[in-house]
Amino acid sequence: MPLVSFRDVEKTYRSLQGVDYHAVEHFSLDIEAGEFFCLLGPSGCGKTTVLRMLAGFEAPTAGEILMDGRPVTGASRDRAVVFQGDDSLYGWLTAIENVEFGLRMRRVPKAERRERAMRYLDLVGLTGQAQKYPAELSGGMKQRIQIARVLANEPTMLLMDEPFAALDAQTRALMQEELANIWQAERTTVLFITHDIDEAVTLGQRIGVMRAGPRSGVKGVVDVALNGARNRTDDTFLAYYRQVYAMIRDEVAAAIARTR
Amino acid sequence: MRRLWSVYGGYVVGFASLFVIWHLASVYLVSSVLFPPPAVVFKKGVVLLRNGVLCDNLSASLQRILMGFIAGSVLGMPIGLAMGSFRPVRKLLEPYTEFLRFIPSVAMITVAVIWFGIGEASKIFLIIYTTIFIVILNTAAGVSAIAPNKIRAAESLGATRAQIFLHVALPATLPYILTGMRLAMANSFTTIVAAELIAANDGLGKMLWDGRLFMLVDDIFVSLVTLGLLGFAVDRMFRWSIYTFAGKYSPTT
Ligand SMILES: Nc1ncnc2c1ncn2[C@@H]1O[C@H](COP(=O)(O)OP(=O)(O)O)[C@@H](O)[C@H]1O
Ligand SMILES: [Mg+2]
Repeated sequence: MPLVSFRDVEKTYRSLQGVDYHAVEHFSLDIEAGEFFCLLGPSGCGKTTVLRMLAGFEAPTAGEILMDGRPVTGASRDRAVVFQGDDSLYGWLTAIENVEFGLRMRRVPKAERRERAMRYLDLVGLTGQAQKYPAELSGGMKQRIQIARVLANEPTMLLMDEPFAALDAQTRALMQEELANIWQAERTTVLFITHDIDEAVTLGQRIGVMRAGPRSGVKGVVDVALNGARNRTDDTFLAYYRQVYAMIRDEVAAAIARTR
Repeated sequence: MRRLWSVYGGYVVGFASLFVIWHLASVYLVSSVLFPPPAVVFKKGVVLLRNGVLCDNLSASLQRILMGFIAGSVLGMPIGLAMGSFRPVRKLLEPYTEFLRFIPSVAMITVAVIWFGIGEASKIFLIIYTTIFIVILNTAAGVSAIAPNKIRAAESLGATRAQIFLHVALPATLPYILTGMRLAMANSFTTIVAAELIAANDGLGKMLWDGRLFMLVDDIFVSLVTLGLLGFAVDRMFRWSIYTFAGKYSPTT
């Protein structure tokens, strides 16, 4: 049994003028326990919508989402979310206090949660920044805090919504590498959302390509048979890149044509 | 020294110029006993300070302001938080806040005196009245300004609704609450003076009224300057606390 299954999920937004927008329709997808799944699609195709429904922030209009065989009814600590921007961090808490937030809510004793939070800050390379406030940290550091914050809470799976999209190219490459290493060590199930083919091929074990909206769904899933460190100049890497690119280019064109 | 000057220099010059212009205006422009120069007012202030008149009136006004202001803020905060957090509560209470906040507290003085008499109760009622709506509105606005992702993150980290309220909504709203309190404090000054002018046995407003009644022009000016200095000092305190908190307690970062 897959860890997560989307079954014919549909999400319709109603605008203030009363016009319906069918963001996704007949969206079906299985995610296996322990895998790193990348959901790739052109901007505006409904990736965040899918993530929000799985996170339990919004209910599907139709269809169902199962996790461990049970329908998702709301947010829960088994599905931790790394958000796209930095507005989910708590500006009044220091880096380490942000990381231990979930543990504090569960009343883990102070000494223990400090130690655990420190361990995860260490894992994301922010040991020296523990006492700084988010406003004092760079964009990359803030995304690391978000990652440490969800890992410290030991969720069943991670939902990541384009976590590196706003970073500069060098920082992004570095963060991708670190995330790959962390995943190799922790083996938590990950649903990673991106619009970047390179990022998807670099990180994903499987890549789900979405169609352009409206009524978006999964166009196809590519298995990436690459293990360990991936090399962007490698022939197999490039072959996967081309394969995914061939799938998504029409969708990108359609997305641009639609918004014009 | 140089640093100190760069921080406070502007203030010092600004205040000095205020007194210089006041002096020049009262000595050369309208030289009349009805507009005493600062030196005369200062001397009178010292006299009133020595014989206790100024202290008594000042502490009477300040006590009323503080009691009403604290009560109004303490009441307004939870109401504002509830209105900002729960739509039904907002719908239920908005008619009250939207209706009452347009009736100025000065207009409520007569009612307050009829209900609570000329003593402390009516003044404190008026200060609560003038404080509570501003605090409510600012607090509610602060709650709606919280980034939704802050709440969502807490939910998916396993926080309960009560915990989200206490550990996310409240700290994120703090700068707005302080701003509301700061505005309310300024209004409290207006209200207390007006109330004391009309009905009181002591206070800075009563001092103004007595000054008019007995033609003690210098006393009037002592009261005015005291109000200005007091308001300035209190407002600085608020600005300082907002400034120190706002860096951390900001809804957007
Ligand atoms: N809350 C909402 N109300 C109305 N329309 C929305 C809302 N959220 C998203 N949409 C629309 O749904 C589509 C998909 O949005 P989204 O899931 O954010 O796309 P992506 O994350 O792939 O860029 C977009 O056309 C967007 O305008
Ligand atoms: Mg998105």
